[in-house]
Amino acid sequence: MANNKKGRRDFMGMVLGGYTALGGLGALYAMKRTWDPLPSVKAAGFTTLNIDDYKENELVVEKWRGKPVFVLRQSPATIEKLKKEKPEDLKRLIKVGDAHFTICVGLCTHLGCIPAFRPETQDFLCACHGGVYDITAEVTKAPPPRGLDIPPFRIDGKKIVLGEKGPEYEKMLADGITMPV
Amino acid sequence: MAHFDENARPFSHQWLNERLAIDTLKRVLSTEYWIPKNINFLWAMGMVLAATFGLLLVSGIFLLMYYQPNTELAFDSVNYTIMTEVGYGWLWRHIHGVGASVVFLVIYIHMFTGIYYGSYKRGRELIWLSGMLLFVTFSAEAFSGYMLPWGQMSYWAGMVITNLFSGGSLHADALVEWIRGDYVPGQAFLNRFFMLHVLLLPLVIIGLIVLHFGTLRIPHVNNQEGEELDFEKEAALYKEGKIRESKVIPFNPVFLSKDVFVLGIYFIFFFYLVFYHFEFAMDPVNFDPADPLKTPPHIYPEWYFLWSYEILRPFPTDPGLVAFGIAQVIFFLLPFLDKSPNVAPAHKRGLFKYWFWALLIDMIVLTFMGKLPPEGIWSVIGLIAAIFFFVLWIALPIITKKEKKL
Repeated sequence: MANNKKGRRDFMGMVLGGYTALGGLGALYAMKRTWDPLPSVKAAGFTTLNIDDYKENELVVEKWRGKPVFVLRQSPATIEKLKKEKPEDLKRLIKVGDAHFTICVGLCTHLGCIPAFRPETQDFLCACHGGVYDITAEVTKAPPPRGLDIPPFRIDGKKIVLGEKGPEYEKMLADGITMPV
Repeated sequence: MAHFDENARPFSHQWLNERLAIDTLKRVLSTEYWIPKNINFLWAMGMVLAATFGLLLVSGIFLLMYYQPNTELAFDSVNYTIMTEVGYGWLWRHIHGVGASVVFLVIYIHMFTGIYYGSYKRGRELIWLSGMLLFVTFSAEAFSGYMLPWGQMSYWAGMVITNLFSGGSLHADALVEWIRGDYVPGQAFLNRFFMLHVLLLPLVIIGLIVLHFGTLRIPHVNNQEGEELDFEKEAALYKEGKIRESKVIPFNPVFLSKDVFVLGIYFIFFFYLVFYHFEFAMDPVNFDPADPLKTPPHIYPEWYFLWSYEILRPFPTDPGLVAFGIAQVIFFLLPFLDKSPNVAPAHKRGLFKYWFWALLIDMIVLTFMGKLPPEGIWSVIGLIAAIFFFVLWIALPIITKKEKKL
Protein backbone atom coordinates (compact mmCIF):
# COMPACT_ATOMS: atom_id res chain seq x y z
CA MET A 1 0.00 0.00 0.00
CA ALA A 2 2.80 2.34 0.96
CA ASN A 3 4.60 1.53 -2.30
CA ASN A 4 1.45 2.14 -4.21
CA LYS A 5 1.10 5.55 -2.62
CA LYS A 6 4.69 6.39 -3.43
CA GLY A 7 4.09 5.39 -7.03
CA ARG A 8 1.13 7.71 -7.21
CA ARG A 9 3.17 10.59 -5.77
CA ASP A 10 6.02 9.89 -8.18
CA PHE A 11 3.56 10.02 -11.04
CA MET A 12 2.12 13.32 -9.83
CA GLY A 13 5.65 14.64 -9.38
CA MET A 14 6.52 13.70 -12.95
CA VAL A 15 3.32 15.23 -14.32
CA LEU A 16 4.04 18.45 -12.43
CA GLY A 17 7.68 18.39 -13.56
CA GLY A 18 6.75 17.74 -17.18
CA TYR A 19 4.11 20.44 -17.16
CA THR A 20 6.56 22.93 -15.66
CA ALA A 21 9.25 21.98 -18.17
CA LEU A 22 6.76 22.54 -21.01
CA GLY A 23 5.92 26.00 -19.68
CA GLY A 24 9.62 26.71 -19.22
CA LEU A 25 10.39 25.74 -22.82
CA GLY A 26 7.55 27.93 -24.04
CA ALA A 27 8.88 30.86 -22.05
CA LEU A 28 12.41 30.27 -23.40
CA TYR A 29 11.08 30.22 -26.96
CA ALA A 30 9.26 33.52 -26.38
CA MET A 31 12.45 35.01 -24.95
CA LYS A 32 14.49 33.78 -27.91
CA ARG A 33 11.99 35.29 -30.35
CA THR A 34 12.01 38.60 -28.50
CA TRP A 35 15.77 38.86 -29.09
CA ASP A 36 15.38 38.12 -32.84
CA PRO A 37 15.99 40.99 -35.29
CA LEU A 38 12.70 42.80 -36.00
CA PRO A 39 10.95 42.25 -39.35
CA SER A 40 11.59 45.88 -40.23
CA VAL A 41 15.30 45.30 -39.71
CA LYS A 42 15.23 42.05 -41.72
CA ALA A 43 13.44 43.76 -44.60
CA ALA A 44 16.01 46.58 -44.67
CA GLY A 45 16.46 47.43 -48.25
CA PHE A 46 18.68 47.18 -51.22
CA THR A 47 21.45 49.45 -52.41
CA THR A 48 21.74 50.31 -56.09
CA LEU A 49 25.11 51.33 -57.53
CA ASN A 50 25.46 53.15 -60.87
CA ILE A 51 28.74 52.09 -62.46
CA ASP A 52 29.36 55.43 -64.14
CA ASP A 53 29.70 57.04 -60.70
CA TYR A 54 33.00 55.30 -60.03
CA LYS A 55 36.45 56.31 -61.19
CA GLU A 56 39.27 53.84 -61.68
CA ASN A 57 41.50 53.15 -58.68
CA GLU A 58 39.38 55.24 -56.36
CA LEU A 59 37.84 53.46 -53.40
CA VAL A 60 34.25 54.46 -52.58
CA VAL A 61 32.52 53.22 -49.43
CA GLU A 62 28.80 52.60 -49.82
CA LYS A 63 26.35 51.38 -47.16
CA TRP A 64 24.29 48.21 -47.36
CA ARG A 65 22.30 46.83 -44.41
CA GLY A 66 24.21 49.18 -42.13
CA LYS A 67 27.49 47.68 -43.25
CA PRO A 68 30.16 49.48 -45.29
CA VAL A 69 30.61 48.14 -48.83
CA PHE A 70 33.87 48.79 -50.68
CA VAL A 71 33.47 49.66 -54.36
CA LEU A 72 36.74 49.83 -56.32
CA ARG A 73 36.79 50.13 -60.09
CA GLN A 74 39.95 48.43 -61.27
CA SER A 75 42.16 50.05 -63.91
CA PRO A 76 43.17 48.10 -67.06
CA ALA A 77 46.76 48.18 -65.77
CA THR A 78 45.73 46.35 -62.60
CA ILE A 79 43.83 43.77 -64.64
CA GLU A 80 46.90 43.12 -66.81
CA LYS A 81 49.05 42.79 -63.72
CA LEU A 82 46.60 40.35 -62.13
CA LYS A 83 46.42 38.25 -65.30
CA LYS A 84 50.17 37.75 -65.05
CA GLU A 85 50.64 37.42 -61.29
CA LYS A 86 47.40 36.24 -59.71
CA PRO A 87 44.96 34.99 -62.36
CA GLU A 88 42.79 33.27 -59.74
CA ASP A 89 42.03 36.68 -58.20
CA LEU A 90 40.25 37.73 -61.40
CA LYS A 91 37.34 35.48 -60.40
CA ARG A 92 36.65 37.85 -57.48
CA LEU A 93 35.93 40.76 -59.81
CA ILE A 94 32.46 41.75 -60.97
CA LYS A 95 32.34 42.52 -64.68
CA VAL A 96 29.84 45.05 -65.97
CA GLY A 97 30.38 45.68 -69.68
CA ASP A 98 34.15 46.10 -69.88
CA ALA A 99 34.50 47.60 -66.41
CA HIS A 100 35.87 45.43 -63.60
CA PHE A 101 34.80 46.03 -60.04
CA THR A 102 35.88 44.83 -56.64
CA ILE A 103 32.76 45.03 -54.51
CA CYS A 104 32.85 43.57 -51.03
CA VAL A 105 31.57 44.04 -47.51
CA GLY A 106 34.21 46.25 -45.93
CA LEU A 107 34.36 44.32 -42.68
CA CYS A 108 37.41 42.26 -41.86
CA THR A 109 36.51 38.55 -41.96
CA HIS A 110 38.43 38.13 -38.72
CA LEU A 111 36.37 40.19 -36.30
CA GLY A 112 34.63 42.86 -38.32
CA CYS A 113 36.81 45.98 -38.22
CA ILE A 114 36.95 48.11 -41.36
CA PRO A 115 40.24 47.59 -43.23
CA ALA A 116 41.83 50.75 -44.65
CA PHE A 117 42.75 51.04 -48.35
CA ARG A 118 46.40 51.93 -48.92
CA PRO A 119 46.73 53.37 -52.46
CA GLU A 120 50.55 53.42 -52.30
CA THR A 121 50.81 49.64 -51.69
CA GLN A 122 47.54 48.79 -53.48
CA ASP A 123 46.19 46.74 -50.59
CA PHE A 124 43.91 46.83 -47.55
CA LEU A 125 45.26 46.78 -43.98
CA CYS A 126 43.09 45.95 -40.97
CA ALA A 127 44.53 47.87 -38.04
CA CYS A 128 42.78 45.79 -35.39
CA HIS A 129 44.82 42.63 -35.70
CA GLY A 130 47.13 43.35 -38.62
CA GLY A 131 45.35 41.40 -41.42
CA VAL A 132 46.23 42.39 -45.02
CA TYR A 133 44.17 41.98 -48.21
CA ASP A 134 45.34 42.51 -51.80
CA ILE A 135 43.75 44.81 -54.38
CA THR A 136 40.86 42.36 -55.01
CA ALA A 137 40.36 42.03 -51.23
CA GLU A 138 41.73 38.49 -51.15
CA VAL A 139 43.54 37.84 -47.88
CA THR A 140 47.35 37.83 -47.97
CA LYS A 141 48.24 37.95 -44.26
CA ALA A 142 46.51 36.24 -41.29
CA PRO A 143 44.60 36.38 -38.96
CA PRO A 144 41.64 36.85 -41.39
CA PRO A 145 40.55 33.38 -42.57
CA ARG A 146 39.42 34.46 -46.07
CA GLY A 147 39.08 37.43 -48.39
CA LEU A 148 36.41 40.07 -47.81
CA ASP A 149 32.92 38.72 -48.48
CA ILE A 150 31.11 39.76 -51.65
CA PRO A 151 27.52 40.83 -50.95
CA PRO A 152 24.65 39.33 -52.98
CA PHE A 153 24.35 41.35 -56.21
CA ARG A 154 22.47 41.42 -59.49
CA ILE A 155 23.70 43.21 -62.60
CA ASP A 156 21.01 45.28 -64.25
CA GLY A 157 22.39 47.04 -67.34
CA LYS A 158 24.74 49.69 -65.97
CA LYS A 159 23.50 49.19 -62.45
CA ILE A 160 24.43 46.78 -59.69
CA VAL A 161 21.75 45.99 -57.11
CA LEU A 162 23.12 44.83 -53.76
CA GLY A 163 20.88 42.47 -51.77
CA GLU A 164 19.43 40.67 -54.82
CA LYS A 165 20.99 37.44 -56.07
CA GLY A 166 21.82 37.41 -59.79
CA PRO A 167 23.31 34.50 -61.81
CA GLU A 168 26.86 35.94 -61.55
CA TYR A 169 26.60 35.97 -57.76
CA GLU A 170 25.16 32.44 -57.63
CA LYS A 171 28.12 31.27 -59.74
CA MET A 172 30.58 32.90 -57.32
CA LEU A 173 28.87 31.13 -54.41
CA ALA A 174 28.94 27.80 -56.25
CA ASP A 175 32.65 28.25 -57.07
CA GLY A 176 33.44 29.04 -53.44
CA ILE A 177 34.72 32.54 -54.28
CA THR A 178 32.70 34.04 -51.43
CA MET A 179 30.48 33.09 -48.49
CA PRO A 180 26.82 34.01 -48.11
CA VAL A 181 26.44 37.21 -46.05
CA MET B 1 6.60 26.02 18.70
CA ALA B 2 8.11 29.40 18.85
CA HIS B 3 7.40 31.38 21.94
CA PHE B 4 6.05 34.90 21.61
CA ASP B 5 5.87 36.88 24.83
CA GLU B 6 2.58 38.78 24.80
CA ASN B 7 4.07 41.50 26.98
CA ALA B 8 7.02 42.24 24.67
CA ARG B 9 6.97 45.83 23.40
CA PRO B 10 6.75 45.99 19.56
CA PHE B 11 10.20 46.46 18.00
CA SER B 12 11.91 45.97 21.36
CA HIS B 13 15.01 43.76 21.43
CA GLN B 14 13.05 40.79 22.81
CA TRP B 15 10.23 41.27 20.28
CA LEU B 16 12.67 41.33 17.34
CA ASN B 17 14.64 38.41 18.75
CA GLU B 18 11.54 36.24 18.93
CA ARG B 19 10.70 37.03 15.32
CA LEU B 20 14.08 37.43 13.59
CA ALA B 21 16.61 35.80 15.93
CA ILE B 22 18.72 38.95 15.69
CA ASP B 23 21.09 37.84 18.45
CA THR B 24 21.88 34.60 16.65
CA LEU B 25 22.30 36.37 13.32
CA LYS B 26 24.62 38.94 14.83
CA ARG B 27 26.68 36.25 16.51
CA VAL B 28 27.01 34.00 13.47
CA LEU B 29 27.61 36.76 10.93
CA SER B 30 29.66 39.24 12.88
CA THR B 31 30.67 39.06 16.55
CA GLU B 32 31.56 35.35 16.48
CA TYR B 33 32.69 35.11 12.89
CA TRP B 34 36.38 34.54 13.58
CA ILE B 35 39.18 35.99 11.46
CA PRO B 36 42.82 34.87 11.91
CA LYS B 37 45.18 37.49 13.25
CA ASN B 38 48.01 36.44 10.98
CA ILE B 39 46.90 38.29 7.85
CA ASN B 40 47.91 41.53 6.13
CA PHE B 41 46.26 44.43 4.31
CA LEU B 42 45.71 42.25 1.23
CA TRP B 43 42.91 40.55 3.17
CA ALA B 44 40.97 43.82 3.10
CA MET B 45 40.52 43.68 -0.70
CA GLY B 46 37.16 41.91 -0.41
CA MET B 47 35.74 44.81 1.57
CA VAL B 48 37.41 47.28 -0.81
CA LEU B 49 35.61 45.54 -3.68
CA ALA B 50 32.27 45.60 -1.87
CA ALA B 51 32.70 49.33 -1.23
CA THR B 52 33.67 50.00 -4.85
CA PHE B 53 30.63 48.07 -6.04
CA GLY B 54 28.56 50.29 -3.71
CA LEU B 55 30.08 53.40 -5.32
CA LEU B 56 29.34 52.04 -8.80
CA LEU B 57 25.76 51.29 -7.80
CA VAL B 58 25.10 54.75 -6.34
CA SER B 59 26.79 56.65 -9.17
CA GLY B 60 24.99 54.42 -11.67
CA ILE B 61 21.60 55.25 -10.17
CA PHE B 62 22.24 58.96 -10.68
CA LEU B 63 23.56 58.51 -14.24
CA LEU B 64 20.46 56.48 -15.06
CA MET B 65 18.24 59.48 -14.42
CA TYR B 66 19.56 61.40 -17.47
CA TYR B 67 21.02 58.70 -19.73
CA GLN B 68 19.05 57.99 -22.95
CA PRO B 69 19.40 54.46 -24.39
CA ASN B 70 18.86 55.63 -27.97
CA THR B 71 21.44 55.60 -30.77
CA GLU B 72 20.56 59.19 -31.71
CA LEU B 73 20.57 60.57 -28.17
CA ALA B 74 22.90 58.42 -26.09
CA PHE B 75 26.15 60.18 -26.96
CA ASP B 76 24.81 63.66 -26.20
CA SER B 77 22.94 62.55 -23.10
CA VAL B 78 26.29 61.46 -21.64
CA ASN B 79 28.71 63.99 -23.07
CA TYR B 80 26.46 67.02 -23.11
CA THR B 81 23.55 66.61 -20.68
CA ILE B 82 25.25 64.69 -17.87
CA MET B 83 28.66 66.32 -18.24
CA THR B 84 27.66 69.94 -18.67
CA GLU B 85 24.05 70.46 -17.62
CA VAL B 86 23.27 68.14 -14.74
CA GLY B 87 24.50 69.50 -11.41
CA TYR B 88 27.46 67.33 -10.38
CA GLY B 89 26.67 64.98 -13.29
CA TRP B 90 30.41 64.91 -14.03
CA LEU B 91 31.03 63.59 -10.51
CA TRP B 92 28.80 60.53 -11.02
CA ARG B 93 30.30 59.86 -14.42
CA HIS B 94 33.86 60.10 -13.20
CA ILE B 95 33.13 57.92 -10.15
CA HIS B 96 31.46 55.39 -12.46
CA GLY B 97 34.27 55.40 -15.04
CA VAL B 98 37.12 55.36 -12.51
CA GLY B 99 35.26 52.80 -10.37
CA ALA B 100 34.81 50.45 -13.34
CA SER B 101 38.53 50.53 -14.02
CA VAL B 102 39.76 50.40 -10.43
CA VAL B 103 37.37 47.59 -9.50
CA PHE B 104 39.28 45.36 -11.94
CA LEU B 105 42.64 46.40 -10.50
CA VAL B 106 41.42 45.37 -7.05
CA ILE B 107 39.85 42.15 -8.42
CA TYR B 108 43.22 41.19 -9.91
CA ILE B 109 45.01 41.98 -6.62
CA HIS B 110 42.36 39.95 -4.77
CA MET B 111 42.80 37.01 -7.20
CA PHE B 112 46.58 37.00 -7.11
CA THR B 113 46.51 37.26 -3.30
CA GLY B 114 44.36 34.12 -3.30
CA ILE B 115 46.73 32.37 -5.71
CA TYR B 116 49.83 33.36 -3.73
CA TYR B 117 48.53 32.15 -0.37
CA GLY B 118 46.74 29.05 -1.70
CA SER B 119 43.32 30.33 -0.66
CA TYR B 120 41.58 28.27 -3.36
CA LYS B 121 42.75 24.92 -2.01
CA ARG B 122 41.08 22.13 -0.05
CA GLY B 123 37.91 23.39 1.63
CA ARG B 124 38.03 26.74 -0.16
CA GLU B 125 37.35 25.62 -3.76
CA LEU B 126 33.86 27.12 -3.78
CA ILE B 127 35.19 30.48 -2.66
CA TRP B 128 37.46 30.48 -5.70
CA LEU B 129 34.72 29.29 -8.08
CA SER B 130 32.12 31.79 -6.90
CA GLY B 131 34.79 34.49 -7.11
CA MET B 132 35.56 33.51 -10.71
CA LEU B 133 31.83 33.68 -11.53
CA LEU B 134 31.89 37.20 -10.11
CA PHE B 135 34.90 38.05 -12.28
CA VAL B 136 33.11 36.83 -15.43
CA THR B 137 29.90 38.68 -14.55
CA PHE B 138 31.84 41.86 -13.76
CA SER B 139 33.51 41.51 -17.17
CA ALA B 140 30.12 41.29 -18.86
CA GLU B 141 28.92 44.24 -16.78
CA ALA B 142 31.96 46.31 -17.79
CA PHE B 143 31.54 45.43 -21.46
CA SER B 144 27.80 46.19 -21.56
CA GLY B 145 28.41 49.49 -19.76
CA TYR B 146 31.11 50.42 -22.25
CA MET B 147 28.50 50.26 -25.05
CA LEU B 148 26.26 52.87 -23.49
CA PRO B 149 27.96 56.20 -24.36
CA TRP B 150 27.73 55.06 -28.02
CA GLY B 151 31.08 56.50 -29.03
CA GLN B 152 33.46 55.06 -31.60
CA MET B 153 35.09 52.64 -29.15
CA SER B 154 31.68 51.56 -27.83
CA TYR B 155 30.46 50.76 -31.31
CA TRP B 156 33.57 48.98 -32.57
CA ALA B 157 34.17 47.06 -29.37
CA GLY B 158 30.54 45.92 -29.66
CA MET B 159 31.14 44.88 -33.26
CA VAL B 160 34.33 42.94 -32.51
CA ILE B 161 33.17 41.23 -29.32
CA THR B 162 29.80 40.14 -30.74
CA ASN B 163 31.64 38.80 -33.80
CA LEU B 164 33.54 36.43 -31.49
CA PHE B 165 30.27 34.50 -31.22
CA SER B 166 30.38 33.59 -34.91
CA GLY B 167 32.91 30.98 -33.78
CA GLY B 168 35.42 31.58 -36.60
CA SER B 169 34.95 28.92 -39.29
CA LEU B 170 31.62 27.88 -37.80
CA HIS B 171 30.18 31.06 -39.38
CA ALA B 172 27.38 31.29 -36.86
CA ASP B 173 26.38 34.65 -38.35
CA ALA B 174 22.75 34.03 -37.44
CA LEU B 175 23.78 33.77 -33.77
CA VAL B 176 25.68 37.06 -34.00
CA GLU B 177 22.68 38.76 -35.62
CA TRP B 178 20.44 37.28 -32.93
CA ILE B 179 22.65 38.67 -30.17
CA ARG B 180 22.65 42.10 -31.85
CA GLY B 181 19.04 42.05 -33.00
CA ASP B 182 20.35 43.54 -36.26
CA TYR B 183 23.01 42.98 -38.92
CA VAL B 184 25.22 45.50 -37.16
CA PRO B 185 25.06 47.02 -33.68
CA GLY B 186 22.09 49.40 -33.69
CA GLN B 187 19.09 50.45 -31.62
CA ALA B 188 18.07 46.91 -30.63
CA PHE B 189 21.65 46.20 -29.58
CA LEU B 190 21.99 49.36 -27.49
CA ASN B 191 18.66 48.74 -25.75
CA ARG B 192 19.38 45.16 -24.79
CA PHE B 193 22.87 45.91 -23.51
CA PHE B 194 21.38 48.79 -21.52
CA MET B 195 18.92 46.33 -19.94
CA LEU B 196 21.74 43.89 -19.15
CA HIS B 197 23.90 46.63 -17.68
CA VAL B 198 21.36 48.24 -15.39
CA LEU B 199 19.19 45.30 -14.39
CA LEU B 200 19.98 41.68 -15.16
CA LEU B 201 23.75 41.66 -14.59
CA PRO B 202 23.66 43.76 -11.38
CA LEU B 203 21.03 41.34 -10.00
CA VAL B 204 23.30 38.41 -10.83
CA ILE B 205 26.28 40.20 -9.27
CA ILE B 206 24.42 40.87 -6.02
CA GLY B 207 23.34 37.22 -5.85
CA LEU B 208 26.88 36.05 -6.50
CA ILE B 209 28.29 38.36 -3.81
CA VAL B 210 25.93 36.75 -1.29
CA LEU B 211 27.05 33.30 -2.51
CA HIS B 212 30.73 34.34 -2.32
CA PHE B 213 30.31 35.45 1.32
CA GLY B 214 28.39 32.24 2.03
CA THR B 215 31.17 30.02 0.68
CA LEU B 216 33.62 31.81 2.96
CA ARG B 217 31.72 31.35 6.22
CA ILE B 218 32.49 27.68 6.96
CA PRO B 219 36.11 27.33 5.71
CA HIS B 220 36.94 30.81 7.13
CA VAL B 221 39.54 33.07 5.56
CA ASN B 222 43.03 31.73 4.99
CA ASN B 223 46.08 33.23 6.70
CA GLN B 224 49.64 34.21 5.79
CA GLU B 225 51.10 30.80 6.62
CA GLY B 226 48.19 28.68 5.35
CA GLU B 227 47.93 27.36 8.91
CA GLU B 228 44.86 25.21 9.61
CA LEU B 229 43.38 26.81 12.71
CA ASP B 230 41.10 25.13 15.24
CA PHE B 231 38.63 27.99 15.21
CA GLU B 232 36.58 26.64 18.12
CA LYS B 233 39.61 26.39 20.37
CA GLU B 234 40.98 29.80 19.38
CA ALA B 235 37.53 31.37 19.74
CA ALA B 236 37.19 29.90 23.23
CA LEU B 237 40.54 31.43 24.21
CA TYR B 238 39.40 34.81 22.91
CA LYS B 239 36.11 34.62 24.76
CA GLU B 240 37.91 33.68 27.98
CA GLY B 241 39.68 37.01 27.70
CA LYS B 242 42.99 35.53 26.50
CA ILE B 243 42.97 37.88 23.55
CA ARG B 244 46.75 37.91 23.25
CA GLU B 245 47.10 34.11 23.20
CA SER B 246 44.21 33.51 20.78
CA LYS B 247 45.08 33.39 17.08
CA VAL B 248 41.75 34.87 16.04
CA ILE B 249 39.72 38.06 16.36
CA PRO B 250 36.00 38.60 15.76
CA PHE B 251 34.99 40.02 12.38
CA ASN B 252 32.99 42.76 14.06
CA PRO B 253 34.10 45.11 15.49
CA VAL B 254 37.80 44.15 15.62
CA PHE B 255 38.63 43.03 12.09
CA LEU B 256 36.15 45.44 10.53
CA SER B 257 37.94 48.37 12.14
CA LYS B 258 41.12 47.32 10.26
CA ASP B 259 39.11 46.97 7.06
CA VAL B 260 37.72 50.45 7.55
CA PHE B 261 41.25 51.79 7.99
CA VAL B 262 42.34 50.24 4.67
CA LEU B 263 39.15 51.57 3.08
CA GLY B 264 40.06 55.04 4.32
CA ILE B 265 43.46 54.89 2.58
CA TYR B 266 41.85 53.39 -0.54
CA PHE B 267 39.26 56.14 -0.82
CA ILE B 268 42.00 58.80 -0.75
CA PHE B 269 43.56 57.06 -3.77
CA PHE B 270 40.17 56.50 -5.42
CA PHE B 271 38.94 60.08 -5.12
CA TYR B 272 42.33 61.44 -6.12
CA LEU B 273 41.75 59.59 -9.40
CA VAL B 274 38.13 60.75 -9.63
CA PHE B 275 39.02 64.41 -9.20
CA TYR B 276 42.47 64.70 -10.79
CA HIS B 277 43.15 61.71 -13.03
CA PHE B 278 39.80 60.48 -14.33
CA GLU B 279 41.08 60.74 -17.92
CA PHE B 280 42.88 57.38 -17.67
CA ALA B 281 39.44 55.75 -17.58
CA MET B 282 38.07 57.82 -20.49
CA ASP B 283 39.42 56.77 -23.86
CA PRO B 284 39.71 59.85 -26.11
CA VAL B 285 38.48 57.84 -29.13
CA ASN B 286 35.17 57.31 -27.36
CA PHE B 287 34.56 61.06 -27.42
CA ASP B 288 33.78 60.68 -31.16
CA PRO B 289 30.19 59.59 -31.78
CA ALA B 290 29.73 56.04 -33.15
CA ASP B 291 30.28 55.87 -36.92
CA PRO B 292 29.42 52.51 -38.54
CA LEU B 293 31.41 53.46 -41.66
CA LYS B 294 34.72 54.26 -40.00
CA THR B 295 36.80 51.97 -37.79
CA PRO B 296 39.20 53.84 -35.50
CA PRO B 297 42.78 53.18 -36.69
CA HIS B 298 43.62 51.19 -33.58
CA ILE B 299 41.08 49.28 -31.52
CA TYR B 300 41.95 47.97 -28.08
CA PRO B 301 39.83 47.11 -25.06
CA GLU B 302 40.13 48.71 -21.63
CA TRP B 303 43.37 47.74 -19.87
CA TYR B 304 41.79 44.98 -17.78
CA PHE B 305 40.86 42.92 -20.86
CA LEU B 306 44.16 43.44 -22.69
CA TRP B 307 45.85 40.22 -21.52
CA SER B 308 43.09 37.98 -22.87
CA TYR B 309 42.78 40.12 -26.01
CA GLU B 310 46.49 39.58 -26.65
CA ILE B 311 45.93 35.82 -26.39
CA LEU B 312 43.36 36.12 -29.20
CA ARG B 313 45.36 38.37 -31.45
CA PRO B 314 48.60 36.66 -32.55
CA PHE B 315 46.93 33.43 -33.77
CA PRO B 316 44.89 32.77 -36.93
CA THR B 317 41.11 33.04 -36.35
CA ASP B 318 40.18 29.54 -35.20
CA PRO B 319 43.17 28.71 -32.97
CA GLY B 320 42.92 32.30 -31.69
CA LEU B 321 39.29 31.82 -30.66
CA VAL B 322 40.05 28.48 -29.02
CA ALA B 323 43.00 30.01 -27.14
CA PHE B 324 40.85 32.96 -26.09
CA GLY B 325 38.06 30.63 -24.94
CA ILE B 326 40.46 28.53 -22.87
CA ALA B 327 42.08 31.63 -21.34
CA GLN B 328 38.64 32.80 -20.20
CA VAL B 329 37.89 29.62 -18.24
CA ILE B 330 41.32 28.25 -17.27
CA PHE B 331 41.36 30.14 -13.96
CA PHE B 332 38.21 28.27 -12.92
CA LEU B 333 40.26 25.06 -12.98
CA LEU B 334 42.99 26.34 -10.67
CA PRO B 335 41.84 24.39 -7.57
CA PHE B 336 41.84 21.16 -9.59
CA LEU B 337 45.04 21.70 -11.59
CA ASP B 338 47.05 22.45 -8.46
CA LYS B 339 47.75 18.89 -7.30
CA SER B 340 49.81 19.79 -4.24
CA PRO B 341 48.33 18.97 -0.82
CA ASN B 342 50.02 22.02 0.72
CA VAL B 343 48.02 25.05 1.73
CA ALA B 344 50.93 27.45 2.02
CA PRO B 345 52.18 30.75 0.65
CA ALA B 346 53.98 30.46 -2.70
CA HIS B 347 57.42 31.23 -1.22
CA LYS B 348 57.27 27.98 0.76
CA ARG B 349 56.17 25.86 -2.17
CA GLY B 350 59.32 25.36 -4.27
CA LEU B 351 58.65 25.55 -8.01
CA PHE B 352 55.19 26.98 -7.46
CA LYS B 353 56.84 30.22 -6.32
CA TYR B 354 58.41 30.64 -9.77
CA TRP B 355 55.17 29.58 -11.44
CA PHE B 356 53.29 32.31 -9.57
CA TRP B 357 55.68 35.10 -10.49
CA ALA B 358 56.00 33.83 -14.09
CA LEU B 359 52.21 33.91 -14.48
CA LEU B 360 51.97 37.41 -13.03
CA ILE B 361 54.78 38.77 -15.21
CA ASP B 362 53.43 37.00 -18.32
CA MET B 363 50.02 38.56 -17.81
CA ILE B 364 51.60 42.00 -17.39
CA VAL B 365 53.60 41.49 -20.62
CA LEU B 366 50.42 40.36 -22.41
CA THR B 367 48.66 43.47 -21.11
CA PHE B 368 51.34 45.80 -22.51
CA MET B 369 51.51 43.97 -25.86
CA GLY B 370 47.70 44.12 -26.15
CA LYS B 371 47.91 47.91 -26.10
CA LEU B 372 50.67 48.19 -28.71
CA PRO B 373 49.92 47.94 -32.44
CA PRO B 374 50.21 44.34 -33.75
CA GLU B 375 53.34 44.98 -35.80
CA GLY B 376 56.91 43.72 -36.00
CA ILE B 377 58.61 42.87 -32.72
CA TRP B 378 55.45 43.51 -30.67
CA SER B 379 53.63 40.76 -32.60
CA VAL B 380 56.48 38.34 -31.84
CA ILE B 381 56.66 39.17 -28.14
CA GLY B 382 52.86 38.91 -27.92
CA LEU B 383 52.89 35.49 -29.58
CA ILE B 384 55.62 34.19 -27.27
CA ALA B 385 53.84 35.52 -24.18
CA ALA B 386 50.55 33.96 -25.32
CA ILE B 387 52.18 30.56 -25.88
CA PHE B 388 54.01 30.87 -22.54
CA PHE B 389 50.66 31.44 -20.82
CA PHE B 390 49.50 28.00 -21.97
CA VAL B 391 52.83 26.38 -21.18
CA LEU B 392 52.45 27.62 -17.61
CA TRP B 393 48.99 26.10 -17.23
CA ILE B 394 50.13 22.80 -18.71
CA ALA B 395 53.09 22.81 -16.33
CA LEU B 396 50.99 23.52 -13.24
CA PRO B 397 49.73 19.96 -12.48
CA ILE B 398 53.20 18.57 -13.15
CA ILE B 399 55.17 20.88 -10.88
CA THR B 400 52.58 20.78 -8.09
CA LYS B 401 52.45 16.99 -8.16
CA LYS B 402 56.20 16.89 -7.53
CA GLU B 403 55.90 19.26 -4.60
CA LYS B 404 57.00 17.79 -1.26
CA LYS B 405 54.41 17.71 1.51
CA LEU B 406 55.27 20.35 4.07
